[in-house]
Amino acid sequence: MDFNFTEEQGMIRDSLSRLIREQYDFDTRRKVVASKEGWRPAMWAQFAELGLLMAPFSEEDGGLGGGPIDAMVVMEEFGKGLVVEPYLPSVVCGGGFLKRGSDAQKAEHLAGIMSGEQIFAFAYAEPRGRYNLSDLETTAKKEGAGFSINGHKAVVIGAPWATHFVVTARTSGGRRDAKGVTVFVVAKDAKGVSTRDYPTVDGRRASEVYFENVSVSAEAVVGEVDNGLPLVELVTDEAIAALCAEACGAMKVAHEMTVEYSRNRKQFGTAIGKFQVLQHRMVDMFMEHEQSVSMTYMATLKVDEDEVTRKKAASAAKVRIGQGGRFVGQQAIQIHGGMGMTDELAVGHYFKRLTMIDAEFGNVDYHLKRYTDLSAIDLPVAAE
Amino acid sequence: MNLDFSPEEVAFRDEVRTFITENYPKELAGVGTREDLSRDEFLAWHKILGKKGWSVPAWPEKYGGTGWTSTQRYIWSEENARVDAIMPLPFGVAMVAPVIYTFGTEEQKKEYLPGIRSGDVWWCQGYSEPGAGSDLASVKTTAVRDGDEWVINGQKTWTTLAQFADWGFFLCRTDPTAKKPQEGISFILVNMKTPGVEVRPIKLIDGGHEVNETWLTDVRVPVGNLVGKENEGWTCAKFLLAHERSGIAGVARSKRGVEKLRAIASEELIDGKPLIQSGDFARKISQLEIDLTALEFTELRTLAAESAGKGPGPESSILKIKGTEIQQRLTELTLEAVGNYAAPYTAGMEPDGSNERGVGPDHSNFTAETYFNMRKTSIYGGSNEIQRNIISKMILGL
Repeated sequence: MDFNFTEEQGMIRDSLSRLIREQYDFDTRRKVVASKEGWRPAMWAQFAELGLLMAPFSEEDGGLGGGPIDAMVVMEEFGKGLVVEPYLPSVVCGGGFLKRGSDAQKAEHLAGIMSGEQIFAFAYAEPRGRYNLSDLETTAKKEGAGFSINGHKAVVIGAPWATHFVVTARTSGGRRDAKGVTVFVVAKDAKGVSTRDYPTVDGRRASEVYFENVSVSAEAVVGEVDNGLPLVELVTDEAIAALCAEACGAMKVAHEMTVEYSRNRKQFGTAIGKFQVLQHRMVDMFMEHEQSVSMTYMATLKVDEDEVTRKKAASAAKVRIGQGGRFVGQQAIQIHGGMGMTDELAVGHYFKRLTMIDAEFGNVDYHLKRYTDLSAIDLPVAAE
Repeated sequence: MNLDFSPEEVAFRDEVRTFITENYPKELAGVGTREDLSRDEFLAWHKILGKKGWSVPAWPEKYGGTGWTSTQRYIWSEENARVDAIMPLPFGVAMVAPVIYTFGTEEQKKEYLPGIRSGDVWWCQGYSEPGAGSDLASVKTTAVRDGDEWVINGQKTWTTLAQFADWGFFLCRTDPTAKKPQEGISFILVNMKTPGVEVRPIKLIDGGHEVNETWLTDVRVPVGNLVGKENEGWTCAKFLLAHERSGIAGVARSKRGVEKLRAIASEELIDGKPLIQSGDFARKISQLEIDLTALEFTELRTLAAESAGKGPGPESSILKIKGTEIQQRLTELTLEAVGNYAAPYTAGMEPDGSNERGVGPDHSNFTAETYFNMRKTSIYGGSNEIQRNIISKMILGL
């Protein structure tokens, strides 16, 4: 058992942390978020230059030989800086699918993801599917040697900046069946793809993505036809671990800002940080953050274990981070008082990001149920 | 970063597991932590481990520690929890011993450490007083120098299992004129057989006799029983409290407790179906398990930091707070799980044959008593509110 980071991981952290400090301060971020584009392609190019986009991929695939822990390191720093660029959708999700794709798919897309020239978004959610990854109304029907995709994907994060989508669609079976889910790579400029782009409450961009008789070849299928759900679940669990890391970064900063504020803000003639009721609240925030870090390590270190162990680990982490993030975010606002409600202070933006993280890839309730259902697998048979 | 056990660690686990299977006293199997054990029952495993050289893993090697890595210590506690082993009590091994080998003289180390290691000498803790609970520094018990002796007068309380103790370590005020309450306190060892020491039982809400009042009336002990410097006992006291906290998470034991809870909830029925199949209750267990996982990995991170050379710091307060919250929640859910049969008062049915113990299913016995008893955990060892004060001051700098 070992909880140390490698030298390379330490270097990633240091260089990224410096870059964010120097070029991603809060005022700069506000301007970027408010701009027409909503992100900085130049910043993405710098991330590529630092090797961040290659870090979690194996050397055989042209990466730096890292893995989920490297993604965790990057995402935690992103969380601290409220970085909006699409590392999670493109590198963790897009890359997560394609590194498990065919050689041709790797050749066509993986190098592009690592260089930053191709940007992926993960179009899995649907307006009526909530968090169920197999509750799909989007269909892909056989059409000659390929497929024709029809459907509506909801809140696809990073889609306005994407060049490609990973799309889940039903190729057979009933609406929520585990069997019959297939994963496709679809170019954003493919005929029949249209989007409605919009900002999200936490400073990112997303789209509703519509597929109308979009023709794709058989080579667009990632993994097996009809049997894509296990792959979707695997990549989603990796994404959950990375998302948890981002939440840890955001929680850390929200907590530090709150402690600092309480030291300086005076009421009744004294710094409010001297009040025990607030001290204990901030200690509880600290403990939530620490435990979130622990759970993020746990989920990240277990992504390669057997399916049940991996899923339970991801769900457990997502539950704890959802609860911890909500507590830390809400209390950060509360202790900042009226100032916490203002748009000009950074703390509210951390709160907003933490709030949205809970809803991504399944919230507390969803994962508590998934964890419970998975725990029931080894239950004794009911004795009436 | 990885969670794998190396081949050496797997071999270590097998060695430990075999040793426990072959040597743990059969008659104590599954007895767990119930407080109505005899002195010999409490010490049985300790003595076996003492002979093996495994009774004090965390001590420095030169005093008899095993030099195990943090992973080995993790394996060790997991393997003992598997059989609900009654582990060496903390008062000697984890409290007074680290103070003695850190602040004591060579003579004191030679005199006291072997008996603690072997389990032959039972220690108790004389910290709290009727007027000094969480506010430990307000101790009133006095020790006055008289020639070659300290003369101690005062009253201690909550002295856990003092009815069995051979020795006790006491915080005494040696300089009543000191400016701050933390100053002028000394850390003194007292043989519990010394004339003037009187131990009186306190019955708790669970019916058990676990703690005592300890009265000290003109108790005379040699000046050599002072550990550390005169009037600087607070240094020892604080050091001890940090050590006390680090083992307090009780992760392995709580994991075993969750297994038991799941087993109970699989047998108990609700509307004809196992309770564990009720979504409401199952999700409560899930939440508990998830919180326990968070604690486990927080402890592993702390252990890793410790083996990298950092002693138990204020972070151990997190382990105390979360560990005790989880222990309490576990007993609370177990109480809920047994339903009506939580009510029979097992401790109130004397095992003298007049009123046989054992109403309801076996797993329901002592559930309420255990729940009541575990409320102590967020109060002792520095209440959880004190732990928050420590984190606030030492880590957040408030």
